[in-house]
Amino acid sequence: MPDLSVNFAGIKSPNPFWLASAPPTNSGYQVMKAFEAGWGGAVWKTLGVPIVNVSSRYGSVNYRDSRMIGFNNIELITDRPLKDNLKEIEEVKKYFPEHAVITSLMVESRKEWHQIVKDAENAGADGHELNFGCPHGMCERGMGSAVGQEPEVLKIIVGWVKEVATKPVIVKLTPNISDITEPAIAAKQGGADAISLINTIQSIVGVDLDNFVPYPVVDGNSTNGGYCGPAVKPIALNMVKNCAQHPEVSLPVSGIGGIENWRDAVEYILLGAATVQVCTAVMHYGFGIIREIIPGFESYMTSKGFKSVSDMTGRALPNVTNWENLNLDYKIIAEINKDKCIGCQLCYIACEDGAHQAIGVGQNGTRVPFIIEENCVGCNLCSLVCPVENCITMVRKDDGKKIESWKDRTKSGRIPTTFNDPLAGGIHHKVPEPQKALKSK
Amino acid sequence: MPEYKKPETKQEFDTNFQQIKPLMNETEAYYESSRCLFCYDAPCVKACPTGIDIPLFIKQINTGNPLGSAKTIYDSNYFGFACGKVCPTEVLCEGSCVYNLQNVKPIEIGRLQSYATASAIGKDKIYFQPTENNGKKVAVIGAGPAGISCACELRMYGYEVDIFEGKENPSGLTIYGIAPYKITNEEVLSEIDYLQKQFGFRISYNSRIESKEDFKKIEKSFNAIFIGIGLGITGRLKIQGEELQNCIGAVEFISELRMNHHKTHVGKHVIVLGGGNTAMDAASESARMGAEKVLLAYRRSKEEMKAYGFEYELAKNAGVESIFNVSPVEIIGKNITEGVKFARTKIVNGVFEIIPDSEFVLKCDMVIKATGQTKHKEVLLNIDHLEFDKKGNLAVNPSTFQTSNPHYFSAGDIISGGQEVVNAVADAKKAAKGIHKFLSGQSV
Ligand SMILES: Cc1cc2nc3c(=O)[nH]c(=O)nc-3n(C[C@H](O)[C@H](O)[C@H](O)COP(=O)(O)OP(=O)(O)OC[C@H]3O[C@@H](n4cnc5c(N)ncnc54)[C@H](O)[C@@H]3O)c2cc1C
Ligand SMILES: Cc1cc2nc3c(=O)[nH]c(=O)nc-3n(C[C@H](O)[C@H](O)[C@H](O)COP(=O)(O)O)c2cc1C
Ligand code: SF4
Ligand code: SF4
Ligand code: SF4
Repeated sequence: MPDLSVNFAGIKSPNPFWLASAPPTNSGYQVMKAFEAGWGGAVWKTLGVPIVNVSSRYGSVNYRDSRMIGFNNIELITDRPLKDNLKEIEEVKKYFPEHAVITSLMVESRKEWHQIVKDAENAGADGHELNFGCPHGMCERGMGSAVGQEPEVLKIIVGWVKEVATKPVIVKLTPNISDITEPAIAAKQGGADAISLINTIQSIVGVDLDNFVPYPVVDGNSTNGGYCGPAVKPIALNMVKNCAQHPEVSLPVSGIGGIENWRDAVEYILLGAATVQVCTAVMHYGFGIIREIIPGFESYMTSKGFKSVSDMTGRALPNVTNWENLNLDYKIIAEINKDKCIGCQLCYIACEDGAHQAIGVGQNGTRVPFIIEENCVGCNLCSLVCPVENCITMVRKDDGKKIESWKDRTKSGRIPTTFNDPLAGGIHHKVPEPQKALKSK
Repeated sequence: MPEYKKPETKQEFDTNFQQIKPLMNETEAYYESSRCLFCYDAPCVKACPTGIDIPLFIKQINTGNPLGSAKTIYDSNYFGFACGKVCPTEVLCEGSCVYNLQNVKPIEIGRLQSYATASAIGKDKIYFQPTENNGKKVAVIGAGPAGISCACELRMYGYEVDIFEGKENPSGLTIYGIAPYKITNEEVLSEIDYLQKQFGFRISYNSRIESKEDFKKIEKSFNAIFIGIGLGITGRLKIQGEELQNCIGAVEFISELRMNHHKTHVGKHVIVLGGGNTAMDAASESARMGAEKVLLAYRRSKEEMKAYGFEYELAKNAGVESIFNVSPVEIIGKNITEGVKFARTKIVNGVFEIIPDSEFVLKCDMVIKATGQTKHKEVLLNIDHLEFDKKGNLAVNPSTFQTSNPHYFSAGDIISGGQEVVNAVADAKKAAKGIHKFLSGQSV
């Protein structure tokens, strides 16, 4: 059996699957229920001076028959008194001493930071997560993402916390910034022990077309919210990768954003996360999703021969490079499996209207399209739109002997440099004459 | 054991004749429409005789625009709702859905179509505004799918249209012939009502046009005439005993069933003669009316039955049994039907033969003859210069639907010998274009 236990910057946990600071960690009742279900850790709903929330609070993006592929909230930090939370943290730790309970914190002054860190540690917290991420409401008051967006301020506050903290300190980053590594480096410089990302992305998920108000609607008005759920995963994965690869960050990363199943968790870990955190998927399906995550994750580890989570962490990072290093001589083209094809012709119209006119139809009296090899640039589009698994595959055409990147070509002076340069990559592509598009002429 | 208890009330009748394509609710329509791939040059569209832009109307349902969806449907097919419920989609659009090739359930196009159109009918949504009257008049004989579809289209060109219908309800076999578990009377009538409100054609009921004088009169008052009278009553088998009580033609039986529901008389042991879709319907319907035993008897082999496989399955599932390669030679009984004498048959070198001395009797108390409908020859012969095709159907020009008498046009079962509602609707629309071209010289 692979070992799932982790030591994240000094915070020990039976597995890398934590609940993110959010409604599922609002109370001791929920956190205990989650631990019993199998979650390894929980970042408590952010503590601070309690707030007052509005209703409604959530909006979602549905895609066809899929609900909540993206989720948006305008909630703030905890609305419960600090003492209630601390009492419940203490109780959870009594029942689950081996599990990780991390207190998410957000206050303003140095004095408040000192006080709340001490209180949390007295209650038994195994670590702290500084919420510099919340992109709505709190930031208007100079907290949350207002801090996360100012690396200098962030560094100072981390310093305040480290003055008193005896437990590891994680800085939670906001994605609402152009270069995520800047606040990550600031966190490192301030003395943080780890970072977690991403918090939610500023968003509007939709507009009520009849009343002209975005969702969620609060008595006829709305405000921007924070976006999360499956739709944000690609953005979060890239940010996690950026932090994990940056030599000046070099901190353990807790990956967050759109994680719902074992595959998502594996992806984060391969791109450099040491633990992962989940919010939306639990808000959608409950704590029970952990029973799909753990066995799937374990059997993946076994199949790849990974003994521990740290074996896996960052395993894909060496294969993520800059564009200029990619091999320009690698050539693939699409191939259609006639037996699998169901004749929807989505590949045809996608390539015809949206790519390179490299697919034809109407051959041999069947609906199976065919690839016009000399036009195919190997972009993948057709294989992505094809509704049948493994029906369109991309087949390698070069012999693999020549490897030349943009960087290499730049060195040897073989890149296009003028507007009509004969070295233009598309110079050989057969683009149909424009008039051919006109049916009537 | 019969599958169904004899229905004593309308409610029990409705339970036994539960809709096999019930209306979708919003959630089901949303989920089902989500599955459509929006195929390019979609094969489902090609398989629809009226060429509805199926991927478009499905996408419109999925984007919360059922009324836009209904418009897409009605633009191609004036019987959009009825067709969604009664079309043999298994051999048309749904049978061509690409999902079949993946062994995945095809999109339920028919039910989605009814879903969208039902919302338009329910809201009395007006899509069509007939053109101002152009001063010319067309008579339509028969208010079946063909007649109504032709009338709608003609109104769009500005013709005044009078429909003469022999019966007291519109829609032809849609209400008098199609199985009650496919569409209810109320559903049929509400769509016709909806169309009539928009297009403003007139219908005179109980107005059969059949004699030479009737036609002469109509010829005088109208610029062109459309014949949409469908097929006639069940043809005679020309065997002994055919006149006995409880030996009845299938279309007559079904017509009574559609009008009288549970009050229709059905025997305990019913023998249905025939192997086409009408035979399957009559057998299913008898079983659903609580007959203890229903036997389908077909002259040829199972494989040679003209009925669609799914219609045969439906009958079998209702508890219907069958016997093949038997030909009725006499209906037995004194006044009332008591049985059928059959002879066994075989095919020798492709020729159908009765096997000598193979006769036997099967008892029953009701015989339903689903052996084909007559072709209104006695009526059509009262119109001058009509020609007929090899099968005895009224002959028309395949693109204009003009008969050999230039003032007469025709479409529907009367020219095809019996197809589906959707074919009648499609062809009649083309016939209206033919009439317009004839009367205005303009092609559309
Ligand atoms: C038992 C049965 C089941 C069927 N089931 C289905 C099904 O499930 N799905 C499907 O798509 N199709 C089905 N069909 C076929 C479908 O009903 C017909 O193809 C369609 O109704 C043909 O339309 P039509 O307008 O040509 O003729 P009809 O529907 O027959 O309409 C003709 C109209 O003309 C009237 N008429 C006749 N003579 C005169 C006259 N002399 N003067 C005035 N009016 C006259 C009739 O009263 C009738 O209203 C079925 C047919 C039968 C017999
Ligand atoms: C309703 C809601 C409230 C949240 N509250 C907090 C919070 O108090 N503190 C915090 O650090 N993050 C908060 N988050 C952000 C989540 O912890 C998490 O970073 C984000 O939702 C991305 O993960 P997910 O895609 O699994 O939901 C909240 C998210 C939601 C949906
Ligand atoms: S890979 Fe791209 S260019 Fe080639 S056939 Fe597919 S869509 Fe067209
Ligand atoms: S997208 Fe796939 S299934 Fe559809 S026509 Fe192309 S190859 Fe065939
Ligand atoms: S064939 Fe099926 S999937 Fe394709 S457009 Fe038609 S209904 Fe949709």
